[in-house]
Amino acid sequence: MSTPYAKLPAWADYGLIPLINLSVAFIVAGFVVLLVGENPFRAAVILVEGAFGKGTGIAFTLFYATTFIFTGLSVAVAAHCGLFNIGTEGQAYIAGLGIAIVCLSFDSVLPWWLTFPLAIVAAALVGALWALIPAYLQAKRGSHIVITTIMFNFIAASIMVYLLVGPLKPAASQAPQTRNFLAGAELPKLNWIIELFGAKIRSAPLNVCFLLALVMAFLVWLLIWRTKLGYEMRTYGHSPKAARYAGISETRIVLTAMMISGALAGMMALNPVMGDQHNVAIDFVSGAGFVGIAVALMGRLHPVGIVLAAILFGMLYQGGAELAFEMPAISRDMIVIIQGLVILFAGALEHMFRPYVQALFASFSPRSVGMEAVKGKGA
Amino acid sequence: MAQAAIELIGINKSFGAVRANRDINLEVTRGTIHGIVGENGAGKSTLMSILYGFYQADSGEIRVGGEPASIKTSNDAIALGIGMVHQHFMLVDNFTVLENIILGAESDALLKRSIAKARSELERLEREYGLEVDPDAIIEELPVGLQQRVEILKALYRGAEILILDEPTGVLTPAEADHLFRILKQLKEQGKTVVLITHKLREIMAITDNVSVMRQGTMVATRETAKTTVEELAELMVGRRVLLRVEKGEAEAGAVKLAVKNLTVKDSRGVTMVDDISFDIRAGEIVGIAGVAGNGQSELLEAISGIRRAVSGSVMLDGKPIDLTGAADPGELRDRGLAHVPEDRHHVGLVLAFEENENSILGYHDDPRYLKGPFLNIDVIMADAKDKIEKYDIRPGNPRLKTANFSGGNQQKIVLAREMEQDPGVLIVGQPTRGVDVGAIEFIHKRLIAMRDQGKAVLVVSVELDEIRSLSDRILVMFAGRIVGERGPEATEGELGLLMAGVEQQEAAQ
Repeated sequence: MSTPYAKLPAWADYGLIPLINLSVAFIVAGFVVLLVGENPFRAAVILVEGAFGKGTGIAFTLFYATTFIFTGLSVAVAAHCGLFNIGTEGQAYIAGLGIAIVCLSFDSVLPWWLTFPLAIVAAALVGALWALIPAYLQAKRGSHIVITTIMFNFIAASIMVYLLVGPLKPAASQAPQTRNFLAGAELPKLNWIIELFGAKIRSAPLNVCFLLALVMAFLVWLLIWRTKLGYEMRTYGHSPKAARYAGISETRIVLTAMMISGALAGMMALNPVMGDQHNVAIDFVSGAGFVGIAVALMGRLHPVGIVLAAILFGMLYQGGAELAFEMPAISRDMIVIIQGLVILFAGALEHMFRPYVQALFASFSPRSVGMEAVKGKGA
Repeated sequence: MAQAAIELIGINKSFGAVRANRDINLEVTRGTIHGIVGENGAGKSTLMSILYGFYQADSGEIRVGGEPASIKTSNDAIALGIGMVHQHFMLVDNFTVLENIILGAESDALLKRSIAKARSELERLEREYGLEVDPDAIIEELPVGLQQRVEILKALYRGAEILILDEPTGVLTPAEADHLFRILKQLKEQGKTVVLITHKLREIMAITDNVSVMRQGTMVATRETAKTTVEELAELMVGRRVLLRVEKGEAEAGAVKLAVKNLTVKDSRGVTMVDDISFDIRAGEIVGIAGVAGNGQSELLEAISGIRRAVSGSVMLDGKPIDLTGAADPGELRDRGLAHVPEDRHHVGLVLAFEENENSILGYHDDPRYLKGPFLNIDVIMADAKDKIEKYDIRPGNPRLKTANFSGGNQQKIVLAREMEQDPGVLIVGQPTRGVDVGAIEFIHKRLIAMRDQGKAVLVVSVELDEIRSLSDRILVMFAGRIVGERGPEATEGELGLLMAGVEQQEAAQ
């Protein structure tokens, strides 16, 4: 009685439901395209071709995806511990400071493969410390982490603006950014991998951070489902009372989870800063932290789902840019609407179609939903 | 033959693959009290929810007063004169009695006129049925017995002729329950029809005229109460013979394992919940703490198990003190041989979203046995979980299944298996069989007695007086945070009931 609808098999839970949600988002988006007087099917073709049609498109898609994998993982780690980290944006932004310090100090002395690990540590550390403060306030003072992390986004933004128009800006420059990094802080591109498959790439920013993101996705999986720490985080996330009962310290687990989350957010900054722009510029995160929330939700907080969702959002970013170029009636804002619809259906309305799918599954094959069709022995 | 108030004909209801109600036929005679019994998940609540318009039946017919009725919402049910008193009260805590009663039945756009009208109507109802409640009292300041009365008044105010009560005595003292039964009898005399859902067979025997038994979604029997016995009903419910009272030998009490001395505990609002309590538990005995829910038992358990800080007093485990400052690590207490089966298994004892095997190590996840460095040793955990599933007959026997998908009885077995298999010296158990089916109750009681016979010290806190009496070697009764009496297992229910209601104390005070 208490659970009228049983669980779906994993493939439906992680594959079918997101697919349905996504399709509905695109259908609704199609109507919006129709409304501005363009052909939605042609728009869809341009979008997909723009993202995956050519080597350059694929490289750009994966470059954006890299950013979203980091922020998605960051949100997911906190969410497994029952914490809604909205501060990914700010943690990533302020991590740019750590990277700037490392790169500006060592880019003339060290090769990239020595600068990179240092920058990873610096980015993770700064991100983690930035997340630590709200975490501490939550654990010790009960200040709600949603509120504090949002406020910390603003503080991070203000600090970075101050630094980038002041101390970090080269004296002669007019642009609010650091000087460009030298070769010792430029990450190698990965475009050659796509070229292996025969595609041509003119210039695209896909770089080794993509591999780092995949490694992190694996490590997050390992952490959440295979370590004692992950077990404790999930226990606390599902039921703080059960965690107390099990002897898990609330303070320790909240601080740890948020620091890991902040570290992952911080690493996101490596991708645009060292992989693409080769400087730290104002507003380089540009909303990727918030996209991470959608990516994490859509990926059902699972690293595999997050990688897939990140690629989807990478596609929307890259294909959307192409679309805005090809169809003048569809502006940048239209793309944002489409992305918004995806977030709406995949994130906020995630459970809208679930009951129907479950009912459908249950009526076709009871065993697939894990029930033994009203058997005896309830004990 | 008196006219039927309600007839249910061929009711079917499925939730996905689960057939909660299968071809149910039920006839409730007007002006009678009709009991419906069955284990958890037998489909009682589903059936009543269909009658009250929360769910729609997949097929079948409902007749109210002989007329076919279509009940799509609870408003339809109310219009047909059906009222429901839920197990968990649907009251707004910070509203007055009167405000709660008119809630959703306001007769006027302006509250003032609605209230004035309701007040005179309420006075009439209170007089007629002997249901006195102060209309201006705030709900949260009323004892549960009176809150329940408000629920009944709410239904009557809406013109209910047929009253459905879902597990109404779960939160009441024996005296309050008796009072409720008197009210129900009075309602019956006034020609109202009462449907009583319960799993307490004694209540069925005490006040119903007819009783229907449900098992696994079907209606297995309807009997005239006078012509059946508790044993027959229990057997019908479970489908096999059940021992309602577990056999046990004499206790051989040994050394003191747990000594509680002058323990005082306050809740988060600063109200004293445990007031200067002292008692001992010896090896090889079961000490039961009886009392109506909310008299400090929960806080006592939490303090002893290191979850809640105590204000003063001491607890000695094997002669060594337990840290009562609230900084105690429940994990450390486990290492010292104190196992705790908490009252609230849904939020405390288990993580329902976890797989069964994950819950089988909750609290013991620090044990090096289950770890490989920082990693969980999945092979060992799974083997361990399978072992416990077998020993405790946990069904379905799949350690990968989500814990939420187990029945209440099996969830409780998961907790018990985890705590008992650590071979603790002291086991403290809160509500060992709350929401657990009759068959599993027997199993759990046998296990607890086996623990005792192995020389463990067992503390059982339960609001089920029957359970306390059948398990305990010594019974302590808690009332308003104090232990108001100690009795042997031979104490009568009446005697304990008076203690639980704090009667002796009040008399002493006068």
